[in-house]
Amino acid sequence: MDAVFLARVQFAFTVGFHFLFPPITIGLAWLLVIVETLGWRRNDETYVRMGRFFGKLLGLTFAVGVATGIVMEFQFGTNWAEYSKFVGDIFGAPLAAEGVLAFFLESGFLGLYLFGRGRVSKPVHWFSSLMVALGATLSAFWIIVANSWQQTPAGFAIRNGRAELTDFWEAVFNPSTVVRYFHTVDAALITGAFFMAGISAYLILKGKDVALAKRSLNIAVIFGLIVSVLEVLPSGHEHARQVARTQPEKFAAIEGLYTTQSGAPIVMFAVPTEKPPTLHAPIEIPGLLSWLAFGDVNAPIKGLNEFPSDETPPLWLTFVSFHNMVLLGIYFICIMAFSAYRLYRKTLWESTKLLKLLIWSIPLPLIACQLGWIAAEVGRQPWIVYRLLKTTDAVSTTVTTQEILFSLILFGVIYVLLGVLYVYLLVKKVQHGPEVQPAQEGVA
Amino acid sequence: MDLNILWFILLGILFTGYAILDGFDLGVGILHLFAREEHQRRLYLNAIGPVWDGNEVWLLTGGGALFAAFPVVYATVFSGFYLAFMVLLVALIFRAVAMEFRGKVNSPDWRRAWDWAFGLGSLVPALLLGVAYGNILQGVPLERGAVYTGNFLGLLKPYPILTGVLAVTLFTMHGAIYLTLKSEGSLRQKLVRSASRLWMVVLSVYFIVTVATFFAAPFLFQGLGQNILFWLLLLMEIAATMTVSLSLAGAKYGRAFVGSSVMIACMVGISAISLFPRLVPSSIDLEYSLTVYNASSSEATLTSMAIIALIGMPLVIGYTIFIYRAFKGKVVITPDSY
Repeated sequence: MDAVFLARVQFAFTVGFHFLFPPITIGLAWLLVIVETLGWRRNDETYVRMGRFFGKLLGLTFAVGVATGIVMEFQFGTNWAEYSKFVGDIFGAPLAAEGVLAFFLESGFLGLYLFGRGRVSKPVHWFSSLMVALGATLSAFWIIVANSWQQTPAGFAIRNGRAELTDFWEAVFNPSTVVRYFHTVDAALITGAFFMAGISAYLILKGKDVALAKRSLNIAVIFGLIVSVLEVLPSGHEHARQVARTQPEKFAAIEGLYTTQSGAPIVMFAVPTEKPPTLHAPIEIPGLLSWLAFGDVNAPIKGLNEFPSDETPPLWLTFVSFHNMVLLGIYFICIMAFSAYRLYRKTLWESTKLLKLLIWSIPLPLIACQLGWIAAEVGRQPWIVYRLLKTTDAVSTTVTTQEILFSLILFGVIYVLLGVLYVYLLVKKVQHGPEVQPAQEGVA
Repeated sequence: MDLNILWFILLGILFTGYAILDGFDLGVGILHLFAREEHQRRLYLNAIGPVWDGNEVWLLTGGGALFAAFPVVYATVFSGFYLAFMVLLVALIFRAVAMEFRGKVNSPDWRRAWDWAFGLGSLVPALLLGVAYGNILQGVPLERGAVYTGNFLGLLKPYPILTGVLAVTLFTMHGAIYLTLKSEGSLRQKLVRSASRLWMVVLSVYFIVTVATFFAAPFLFQGLGQNILFWLLLLMEIAATMTVSLSLAGAKYGRAFVGSSVMIACMVGISAISLFPRLVPSSIDLEYSLTVYNASSSEATLTSMAIIALIGMPLVIGYTIFIYRAFKGKVVITPDSY
């Protein structure tokens, strides 16, 4: 095992684990804004208890997200020093901006939101929930800016042996930022919707606080249907069109297009192998990929054969993760549409099977997030910054293989422990259900 | 004043903000190790409960700003201090989750385990940040072109260990003073006595560190006597130190907290002035040191980041004050508490 490989495993593992928590936080935070608005405007105790219950789950999720997020802020320096030197002039700015313009807002107001009920007026408390959601969403913006710059670098010039900023806004709004941002944030909203829907379904099935759970399920289902549809159309579609134009190698890899063709098909299913690049047992719809990507069934699309073989990403992982993500995205629309239909018919709460399905669907958006992220990041390989710097040239030269192995094992053990404890405490809290009595506020 | 100097100052402000704000809640965590009763432990936790998160963001933002403004320092120091940073990160992880997890299961063993995680998760970062800063003040083995040649054990020299002890005692005192604002009765009196004793310890350790600096890093004193800012900070430092002691004796705890905050700010300020324009001195040859000029980002980046900081930070400071005011006064344990 070489140092580059270990550093990559460590980064993938730590960022992958971290990325389980922010989607829940972002999605849940916006749902809580809805809940708190209803609680405040309608002066309804049920919504206040709902906010308190899901707020505690938000606090738990946020804590693990912060704990694992600190690692990310420093890991570029510890493990990717050559990368940091090469891109620091551009890449550091969004990370700093995230702190100044977003994370302070989220963390500060989260304390007020979770602990300030009864201490501050109702409008101020409501405002704090809004600032938490806004802060979380702005945080995501700056992180996506940084990552998108790695995908489609812009607004820079190579000077003094590094990438130097020439135009701040061009770097921030590089060709992939906006579409990737909406796609990622909407994925987080879906995650939050399924989180709330599944937990509400559980409460209904267990007969705990059914009146509250029915209302939270309603909110989650309506919200979930809207964001699930938006994720595919326009968001997913626009994202794919952008990749087709700005990163053709990645597009060819995720779509399984190994030779250039006009009238390229959409591959619905296939088993890809690397050498030589082949799709086994493909099920295709002719011309559809060309039409979706370029609006013409006969449009030619570049296949992987157009690119040097040492500049193309791994085929199996990108293809499989992308296709399963799409599959899950379609599933999200189906289940939310069906739930919404049952809600409209007022039979949603009676179907034990559907409620159980909603419970078991809680982790699926998280899996979709991970798959999407794998497709995006592995699809960029072998580049750490697209066509500028290779991943193999980016690691810290002073850190030894043993040191990385040590830290990797350390994070491995701790994160597994954290993951187990998080799920344990989450389940425990959900089983306990919302507090029944409206708690006395501000009294010892 | 050029942009590189402006960024030196802005980073100084970020790290000072971190030292003052997370300083007291790290200190509360260290004192938590010595708290005997459950009620006292919960009071300590909830004294920082609503604010510690925001406090830690100062460190994250400091890290991000260092990356943006002086990427060579960020890359060289963080990869150079690799193992120390990994231990720091692990401690911060445990500390963050300990507060959230501790009260979630009603079992003494569970609570005791997370009490240790919280206490050590506070002690270790205080110590390591002090040791890391001591290493930077003394200089680290840097060859020409920012090539770091040190190792983990090389970080554990006497001088950095002294600065580590200073950070621990200083933050503990600062935390004890913060807790006097949040507690009542006999506990408050006990905390006042601890704070007064810690004041003596901090004073002695600071004196020893200052003397040791003459031997460990004499270059830090070059030209310091001609710098008017140094004398100003020194006077403020002395005044703040006296204020802390007098205010504690006179039961003016709010003033004592302001005093210890200014003490911390002046200590960081004085060390920063003596480092300037270096950011990381080289112990091999001072010529190889990383400075605000040879380790910085381009002018375009420094300019855009300065605009973001000058718009963003006043807002941050504004709503941080607002949030602190909402939680002003004694700790009140509610159903929402840890």
